[in-house]
Amino acid sequence: MSLDYARDKPFDSAQGRPLVEVRHLVKQFTRSEGFLSKPSIVHAVNDVSFTVDEGETFGLVGESGSGKTTTGRCILRLIEPTSGEVRFRGDDVLAYSKEAMRQARRQMQIVFQDPYSSLNPRMRVREIIEEPLVIHGIGTRESRTERVVELYRLVGLDPATLDRYPHEFSGGQRQRIGVARALALNPSFIIADEPVSALDVSIQAQVVNLLIELQQKLGLAYLFIAHDLRLVEHICRRTAVMYLGRIVEMGNTALLFNNPRHPYTKALLSAIPVPDPNHKPARIDMNKHDVNFDAPLREVGPGHFAAV
Amino acid sequence: MTVESPLLRVEDLTTTFKIPHGVVRAVDHVSFELRRGETLGIVGESGSGKSMTALSILRLVQPPGEIGGGPISFNGRSDLLELSERDMRRIRGAEIGFIFQEPMTALNPVYTIGDQIAEALRVHGRGTRAEARTKSVELLEAVKIPEPERRLRDYPHQLSGGMRQRVLIAIALACQPQLLIADEPTTALDVTIQAEILDLLHEMKERFHLALLLITHDLGVVAGHADRVAVMYAGKLVEQGPMRQIFESPKHPYTQGLLDSIPGGAPGQRLRAIDGAVPNLANLPPGCAFEPRCPKRFELCTSAPPPSYEVGPAQRARCYLYDPGHV
Repeated sequence: MSLDYARDKPFDSAQGRPLVEVRHLVKQFTRSEGFLSKPSIVHAVNDVSFTVDEGETFGLVGESGSGKTTTGRCILRLIEPTSGEVRFRGDDVLAYSKEAMRQARRQMQIVFQDPYSSLNPRMRVREIIEEPLVIHGIGTRESRTERVVELYRLVGLDPATLDRYPHEFSGGQRQRIGVARALALNPSFIIADEPVSALDVSIQAQVVNLLIELQQKLGLAYLFIAHDLRLVEHICRRTAVMYLGRIVEMGNTALLFNNPRHPYTKALLSAIPVPDPNHKPARIDMNKHDVNFDAPLREVGPGHFAAV
Repeated sequence: MTVESPLLRVEDLTTTFKIPHGVVRAVDHVSFELRRGETLGIVGESGSGKSMTALSILRLVQPPGEIGGGPISFNGRSDLLELSERDMRRIRGAEIGFIFQEPMTALNPVYTIGDQIAEALRVHGRGTRAEARTKSVELLEAVKIPEPERRLRDYPHQLSGGMRQRVLIAIALACQPQLLIADEPTTALDVTIQAEILDLLHEMKERFHLALLLITHDLGVVAGHADRVAVMYAGKLVEQGPMRQIFESPKHPYTQGLLDSIPGGAPGQRLRAIDGAVPNLANLPPGCAFEPRCPKRFELCTSAPPPSYEVGPAQRARCYLYDPGHV
């Protein structure tokens, strides 16, 4: 299957070189229903394939339980996938030894959803940001201190607050700290897993702007996992829609949003609350019985794939 | 057309919390009206006081919180704040139904759905056990739960989040309330389920001629479902007016900033964020609470909290830009 796609005006710094390639990724969980019954298998991620280019923002959307977060974790091997292939700059990530994986994580980082629980409350933010550098044995104490200040400024925080603890910061500031920590090792790929969904609307925009700016400055590629479709439409050049563990539609974001082909994508997009009083909602319901969820992705337009 | 008097009129509602170094006004001189058949959307960010406003109307604020100001007139009563707790209990759940954010925790896990709807009916003395059962089936049908007879025997864990929220709406409607308060009713739900629940609320409002107080942080939800909008910031109602006017001609710089920060416009461009962060209620600036973040601030803004000015037909804003003395 060709995963080539049309490129209209690039709004990220994507070069068209694949950075991360995910092929036929599968993650099964076994669930024991009870003491006597046979455990059942849940396909959390079911034959998922996509590519994220250098410098690109790729959106992964879906509702809870669609497998989008598990997909992200499998790429970083925070969860071991059951089968499939993950390549980073051509290297087989799943074949890496523990040590090689540790090295690879310098290049691949994650920003979590909840800025309240993802920072260690007993560490000063200086230590939180420095920790990845210490773990990877990078630099001297002085050079690390310098790097921490540089990172802190980069995410728009005042170095005078470096010796405070996480609880002294607001949600938006904490998410900036999480971003600074993710950037400490100079990664080229960041998985942003619902990075702003725990934040207030006016603060969300600040953090999104920070992510856009950092991408332009540092040439980062993002896998942007989200359920806020308005946000994905705004910042992702390409988007994949997941439903029950599979990608049901994928393509250039504008094409996909303007001309959705899969019944689930149509239903999902029609359900977005639109902050415009002139918008006449025309909700489309998906009739699950009429949809073949085993259909493979096929090209339905230039760079536009749908499982129909 | 006759002008009906409002079902709910809240005047200068002020809910305070004593803290070691003073008093926090979680709700600060909030006034609004709500008519039968009308939906008022209250929008605001976390800590803006929107949920506390709802709890204050229901008199469910826990100590050390203290409800002051008022009166809150409702359905022919001159002031809910003056009622005895016993009388207030007759209003809660009966004349005012309410739904909260978390459909996962609002139901009791050890009772069946049928038991919990019947409880709502029987607490307010509505009929016998058999009548309660018949009524429960009707209610589940009304909120479009398939196979209601069977669902009555289910426990909450057997239902999805969307189904649970439907059950909670059924419970809220059980005693045919005049007013329904829905506090972030869809925030914990997926977007397709959210749309279904909002449509259901709208339908119930029309069918039972309810007044609906819809509390949300999502301006999209408000645009789709509210007749009027009230915007809260740091405990104050900073702007209110007809929904269309608020979206098309917002007057308060905070409302303007909130609308501007919604993703839209040219893809890949920076969003127009509001600078700074929501202030700490215990340490508010002396003037307008939004002044430190406001792009349009001027000298007057630091003087004292601004009063509410009329800024359009039935539209009011707490902002000195609309002071007659300001040019």
